[in-house]
Amino acid sequence: MGFLDQFWQLTIDGLMVGSLYAVIALGYTLVYGVLQLINFAHSEVFMLGSFGGLFVARALLPGDGSVPGGLESVGLVAIGLGAGAICGGLAALTLERVAYRPLRRRSAPRLAYLISAIGASLFAVNLAGKEFGRQNVDLPDLFHNGTVFKLFGADVSTQSLVIFAVAIAMLVGLDRLVAGTRLGQGIRAVAQDADTAVLMGVDVERIIIVTFIVGGLLAGAGGFLYAMTFNASYSMGFVPGVKAFTAAVLGGIGNVRGAMLGGLLLGLVESYGGYLFQASYKDVIAFLVLVAILMIRPSGLLGERLGRAA
Amino acid sequence: MLLTLTDVEVAYGAVIALRGISLEVGEGEIVTLLGANGAGKTTTLRTVSGLLRPRSGEILLDGRPLSEIPAHDLVARGVSHVPEGRRVFPSMSVRENLLMGAYRDRRHTREDLERVYGLFPRLQERIGQAGGTLSGGEQQMLAIGRALMSRPRLVLLDEPSMGLAPMVVQTIFEVIAEINRDGVAVLLVEQNAASALRIAGRGYVLENGRVVLADSAAGLLADDRVRQAYLGEDVAAVGDPAR
Repeated sequence: MGFLDQFWQLTIDGLMVGSLYAVIALGYTLVYGVLQLINFAHSEVFMLGSFGGLFVARALLPGDGSVPGGLESVGLVAIGLGAGAICGGLAALTLERVAYRPLRRRSAPRLAYLISAIGASLFAVNLAGKEFGRQNVDLPDLFHNGTVFKLFGADVSTQSLVIFAVAIAMLVGLDRLVAGTRLGQGIRAVAQDADTAVLMGVDVERIIIVTFIVGGLLAGAGGFLYAMTFNASYSMGFVPGVKAFTAAVLGGIGNVRGAMLGGLLLGLVESYGGYLFQASYKDVIAFLVLVAILMIRPSGLLGERLGRAA
Repeated sequence: MLLTLTDVEVAYGAVIALRGISLEVGEGEIVTLLGANGAGKTTTLRTVSGLLRPRSGEILLDGRPLSEIPAHDLVARGVSHVPEGRRVFPSMSVRENLLMGAYRDRRHTREDLERVYGLFPRLQERIGQAGGTLSGGEQQMLAIGRALMSRPRLVLLDEPSMGLAPMVVQTIFEVIAEINRDGVAVLLVEQNAASALRIAGRGYVLENGRVVLADSAAGLLADDRVRQAYLGEDVAAVGDPAR
């Protein structure tokens, strides 16, 4: 079968993975916006959220191994998402409190944040490895995964539909939050000019904390979606984390809509590239695209600051 | 007294910027701070708005120590700061910038927007344009308008005329006088001493982080040192006049 025959199937798969990248990428871009800091431990927020959602959903499953259906499935997915989001939010909050705030209080140089992030990341990975084991942890099916409908001859599965719909809902919700609420106003003001934001009465510390929490909620919920599709493991954060970071840079770090666009594009490029060449070349292709785009547009596709995105 | 500074010392690391400044601003006054670059004028304003903390001395706002108030709560206590270089939010529209001025209290937003557009009709024409794309004069109008959105009792203005065409400077100074007629006190930092002293009631001259002269505006206008150093009369006698 040629590429054109597979085009729509590859597009659907690419958008599904890409929407997950986008959800995680928002955490990088939001924190970068308010602190000009790459939170390299964000991938572990994703991992911890993934485990949180997985354990809660698994505990609620009927023990007989049967696959739930109907409202029960909807409820399980919703609770899993909620639990993942809460765990992600708590992890991000703790990370900010333990790894970054003490440095901010001391006006530490940039490099210190990077080292602190790597340390926190290693700690979280190894703690998870010790507590949850070093094998993949599976999440049993929460619903029957069949083909919902066909799009130009390609199968759209329940799973890809759920992931895509939830991810898009989160992206739209975040976009509205940043563009249309008082909190979003504060986030944008801090991102554009923190000193002047203070003069306007914005409590910058509070905005920073809330920004970490929002990024953590998204990454945690994204982690649950990931576990639903694949599985969870202590080391699962790294690759999606780097990809999401790539997506954020691709779209223009600090720009909310850029992160969304970057995520979806990266997912598509990977999906097409993996088919055209070889599945194992996926990552190579993804990063080649990144390098190429950054050579043409160093600030990323929508490269400017957070404010305009909203 | 609305604002009182007593022996305020401020340092950036090892560099001392203010060496014991004392000054006051009463309700409804316009007070100007004159001085060359590096004299400590901007530092004084940034200290009053809590962005810098003094290492000694005392600042009282309505008789209450400023050190007890977090910087971001000052706007809620009636202090608005129009910073040096205007500092409009570059990616926000004119309207969004003005709304930032009402971040803490949105009860009078509609009314106050109308008032600002009345003072600066130019801003209404540019309502949807990004702050970063405005001309210098428009940005200054926006920065002042934004500061008024919180209905301040004291406005700190840092070099509102910097880099602006004479026509625009005139508009800005007219608006400052008009704001003041509504009872708002203004602490005005200016390089353009002639314009500043024309609308101010009193003034202080800063040199190297100290107040070297304090007098009524008329008194300062008549002072030989002020005339030489800040009004550009007999420039030959001055080593380094204001930029």
